[in-house]
Amino acid sequence: MELLDKLSILTDAAKYDVACTSSGVDRPGQPGMLGNAARAGICHSFAADGRCISLLKVLMSNDCAYDCAYCVNRRSVDGPRATFTPEELVRLTIGFYRRNYIEGLFLSSAVVKNPDHTCEQMLAVLKLLRERERFNGYIHVKAIPGTSPRLTHQLGLYADRMSVNIELPSQASLALLAPQKSKEKILGPMGQIRDTIAESRYELARYKGAPAFAPAGQSTQMIIGATPETDRQILLLSEGLYKKYQLKRVFFSAYMPVVADRNLPARNTPPPLLREHRLYQADWLLRFYGFEARELLDEDRPDFDPLLDPKCGWALRHMEQFPVEINRAPYEMLLRVPGIGVKSAQRIRAARRYQALDFAALKKLGVVLKRARFFILCNGKSASPLPMDNPLLIAGAVADRGERIRKTVPPEQLTFFPPTKEDDVKCLTGQL
Amino acid sequence: MPDRTALVYRYDGTYAGLLCCAAECFRDKRLPADIQPLDEPQGTLLPVKAIATDEALARRVELSAEKRISRRARRMLREAFLTCMEHKEMRMIRFLLLGYKYGDRVRMLTTNEDVYEILQALRYLNNEANRYIEFTRFSDLGEFLAAEIAPNNNVLPLVAPHFCDRFPAENLMIFDKTHGLGFLHRRGGEREFFQADALTLPPPSEEEAAYRALWKNFYRTVAVEGRENPNLRRTHMPMRYWAEMTEMRDAVPIHK
Ligand code: SF4
Repeated sequence: MELLDKLSILTDAAKYDVACTSSGVDRPGQPGMLGNAARAGICHSFAADGRCISLLKVLMSNDCAYDCAYCVNRRSVDGPRATFTPEELVRLTIGFYRRNYIEGLFLSSAVVKNPDHTCEQMLAVLKLLRERERFNGYIHVKAIPGTSPRLTHQLGLYADRMSVNIELPSQASLALLAPQKSKEKILGPMGQIRDTIAESRYELARYKGAPAFAPAGQSTQMIIGATPETDRQILLLSEGLYKKYQLKRVFFSAYMPVVADRNLPARNTPPPLLREHRLYQADWLLRFYGFEARELLDEDRPDFDPLLDPKCGWALRHMEQFPVEINRAPYEMLLRVPGIGVKSAQRIRAARRYQALDFAALKKLGVVLKRARFFILCNGKSASPLPMDNPLLIAGAVADRGERIRKTVPPEQLTFFPPTKEDDVKCLTGQL
Repeated sequence: MPDRTALVYRYDGTYAGLLCCAAECFRDKRLPADIQPLDEPQGTLLPVKAIATDEALARRVELSAEKRISRRARRMLREAFLTCMEHKEMRMIRFLLLGYKYGDRVRMLTTNEDVYEILQALRYLNNEANRYIEFTRFSDLGEFLAAEIAPNNNVLPLVAPHFCDRFPAENLMIFDKTHGLGFLHRRGGEREFFQADALTLPPPSEEEAAYRALWKNFYRTVAVEGRENPNLRRTHMPMRYWAEMTEMRDAVPIHK
């Protein structure tokens, strides 16, 4: 098979993977080596769906021995199969990297024969890149559940970031749809990776030559909407994963029906993109805004309101804490004001040291008042066109409704997958 | 120094030259009506004074900016010179004067029009530089990896260090078609800027063409079909960059 055809097949099979960013590690260039890495990550292009292209994202092989119900590569599906040789993949990576097409390689694979065999093939690629080609760019590699810990460990010594897909938000769903995987098989490597990362940090702190293990950390992803879990369950799970496994990112992927299965949504079901978007917003609130999952959703209200972003939703249920005085409110509280993002909050904090801020000054700082005005005071003055004691009225004004939801967040216009313009940069500045 | 003379300064278009214009203003205790580079085509009806470039004088002005204002203000001026802001020379000189008065706080005086415009222009410059770190495409010419760019701001001095760091073992050439400025980096570390009106690159070798085809194929395949989002794509990757991008070149409309 021609390399071009293999590339088509194995790109096509990997494209639903969303965790494709090149962020998390700063590594200057080295004499005689090829490449460097920037902490914020770099996007090199944007595909027709608007998503960032940062890494050469391919599968090593799509010739799978497993049969996960939600997957295009499952054994029981008829379709073209291909497998890269390690040399082919090395040539592609280096050739693309030298032309500044990519930041590096994102390597995942279907299970060829068995997990260990698959992992050995991937390891061969990474070794050739790092040792023979002296490649110093970014590598993200997926651990295959069920691989022996020794091999997973070796992968991590060559990679910048590792990930293990949690796949589905509950054990019951996993048992139903991915019978060859289990919670243990997934969480096992996740725990191993976490521990090795911690050890390697400790070693590195003691002597500089220690080998770095996945210095950009680990991430995971799960499919949303294929199974019946609520937003609350999903968010609590992510929060738990962040805490327990010290993940850098949890990615959500709206389920796109690619195969027919009686346990899955029908093939013409549109992917729940708006829900995915809300979950990402909530995820940022957890990571950068000091919120906890249980503040955002409770058992009586286990799912997000599609019309309200999660921060607005929270604020409207806690109107007793508003309005906040911009010139005095603690930074943590500024972060909780709908419409004020991390960057705006930081600018306010810096600017109010020099002068009392009024609404004109806020505008000059680049603070968008469209939503914030319902929740703030400047020097005791309000700019809210509505009475502040009626959350319902305000909800109507801040909701993504009708025209606006179609114009600003129509499901098909949403950044299909997370705004990965190197997600971390974007998330930090995301005006929620 | 509010008093404007009915005089236009002309300088050689270099940063050192502009700093000498600044020195001239201080000496004269008056601002000119305008400052223009020598190669500025449109003439002026006002009398012109040519300002000679004196490197030592320029360095003194720069050092005084650092001492009397701050290191950051000095860097800000250097970068402001790379922007395509209108009237940048006069704005920069007024900024310098303001800096002598207010010290480092000048960088925050956004209510002042000059400071505001300079900050905006710098934001534009840095955004554009970042875009070229993302979107510059090299071709392997055998001896060299070569790229052409067409930025509005003079971003090459900001972009070049990134690629030197990234490709220390390669020979590199980047040419800015807008400003007629090129940059060379040789394996081993030697680097230089050069000036040229235009540059003709040889047609792609067979191998180069093969990699381009592979990349275009990857680019097409990785998009999820049925999810086309041209607006979002254009937001992140505006069309004016497409002509120099391997994967987008074919999509550039002939009539702009
Ligand atoms: S193991 Fe991976 S590639 Fe194979 S069927 Fe399951 S999800 Fe698909």
